[in-house]
Amino acid sequence: MTEKLQEFVEKLKSLNPAWVTDVIEGHGEVTLMVPGESIVDVCRFMKVEQGFDLLADLCGADRGPEEDPRFEVDYHLFSTKHHNRLRLKVLLSEDDPHVMTVTQIWKTANWHERETYDLLGVIFDGHPDLRRILLPSDFDGHALRKDYPLRGYEPYSLN
Amino acid sequence: MSTVVENILDQTGVLDQSLESQMTLSMGPQHPSTHGVLRLDLKLDGELVVNVIPDIGYLHTGMEKLFEYKKYQQGIVITDRMDYLNPLGNNLAYVMAAEKLLDLEIPERAQVIRVLMCELQRIASHMVWLGTHALDIGAMSVFFYCFRQREKILNLIESASGGRMTPSYFRIGGLMMDLPAGFERRCNQFMADFPEAMNTFETLVTGNTIWMSRTKGVGYISTEDAIDWGLTGPCLRGSGVDLDLRRDNPYTGYETYDFDVPTEPDGDVWARFRVRMRECYESYKIVRQALDRLKPGPIKADAPKVVLPDRDDMRKHMDSLIHHFLIVAEGFNVPPGEVYMPIEASKGELGVYMKSNGGPKPERVHFRGPSFVNLSALPAMSEGEMIADVVAIIGSLDIVLGEIDR
Repeated sequence: MTEKLQEFVEKLKSLNPAWVTDVIEGHGEVTLMVPGESIVDVCRFMKVEQGFDLLADLCGADRGPEEDPRFEVDYHLFSTKHHNRLRLKVLLSEDDPHVMTVTQIWKTANWHERETYDLLGVIFDGHPDLRRILLPSDFDGHALRKDYPLRGYEPYSLN
Repeated sequence: MSTVVENILDQTGVLDQSLESQMTLSMGPQHPSTHGVLRLDLKLDGELVVNVIPDIGYLHTGMEKLFEYKKYQQGIVITDRMDYLNPLGNNLAYVMAAEKLLDLEIPERAQVIRVLMCELQRIASHMVWLGTHALDIGAMSVFFYCFRQREKILNLIESASGGRMTPSYFRIGGLMMDLPAGFERRCNQFMADFPEAMNTFETLVTGNTIWMSRTKGVGYISTEDAIDWGLTGPCLRGSGVDLDLRRDNPYTGYETYDFDVPTEPDGDVWARFRVRMRECYESYKIVRQALDRLKPGPIKADAPKVVLPDRDDMRKHMDSLIHHFLIVAEGFNVPPGEVYMPIEASKGELGVYMKSNGGPKPERVHFRGPSFVNLSALPAMSEGEMIADVVAIIGSLDIVLGEIDR
């Protein structure tokens, strides 16, 4: 971890130790594990105080139906000022795949969250317009889940 | 209007929208200036745009799902089909994500060729953008000149990889094969002609008063909004943000090349147009430098368990044959972990999030396409503009629906 990133992580931890449950380093990247309920606070702090003003990417992943917590949501933060990158990760269980939206912090989160909802079924509470984005509105299931078959359950018809 | 019809309209909510001044217009998905199959729900007040709701997904083919069922090396051909105007950029982001997980060291010559090809591809991508953008606004002849230049680049790419729009030229650990004999000569020939072509474009478009009046002050987005909406690439630099991942998060040795990052402060269609035009000159500079640096050397990393051996080796060495068989039949295992590999593609930041669980197939591959994010800012740019300007704004975003829908 570079000194600059170390500084950010320390600052975040010192402000509220409950915000970061774990710090993972690998391949030159830093991942912070953040509890779902504090993701909005962490994101706002990272944007306002630490200058991570650009949400480069927001995506989800399914770790498999047998895993618990099953889903993860990754927030890839980037700064247009100091050019550092940081990943925040929220773990969600299958029974309660809810996480607060970050659209009020970055407008770009809107479509990313819709895509994650569409393909994985993660529900972003407080999202202004949480509709399917890539798949048709009457599509059944969430295609990127591991238990969703590659070719679907039945041939999809446009009728 | 009869009361029956009025009741029906009232119940369906159509009446609210059909008040004297407002109407809803569905533009696309077959509209030529939506650059593919994009549909826009336009709320109009006369000719003024009140609201735009982009509707995407017509080209969705579940590529991210498909990656999970393919071996790492098989995924490369899928990436070609995302942003089909910049396939080498997609190849690069994908293979570099896998290389990051594998901790591979790529030889110098392969790095140089990657830079060379990617910059040629960037010019080709910008040529398509300029041609279609001008066509949308009404300047037809530019299209033919642009496609003539693009054709030359596609011929170069074809000579190296065998494919024009789907080259799949980069492999995990290096390149598919070395540049063919005579490539440098042909590339130099293209380079000799290109400045003249750029002059043609500048004469045709840049000083044109119709072009200026159609683009200046249209589709404005402020610096703060541009960052907030996650714009990257030429769209962000058109709003005055000095950011280029080739310089700020360098990869493939871009930090050793000498080039400028053009920015324009205005944040309108004109600014984005100027940024892309100036970028063509910068790419030209980088290609020149890369051509000078081409020295003979290996083009594949020294990792026999990951990189396919040369055919010649396979005839002579038993272990090469075994490795070839294992890589093709079973693939190679990638250590568990996750990476996010961002590159500066022709349209902005192309990020690949790749997660491995230790097997020969990735657990999750996510493409952060620049077009996807840039298009999401379309409503912010086009509200309050004329309907004809929406076409100009879409053109200035330089979107490719193959990447948006994936």
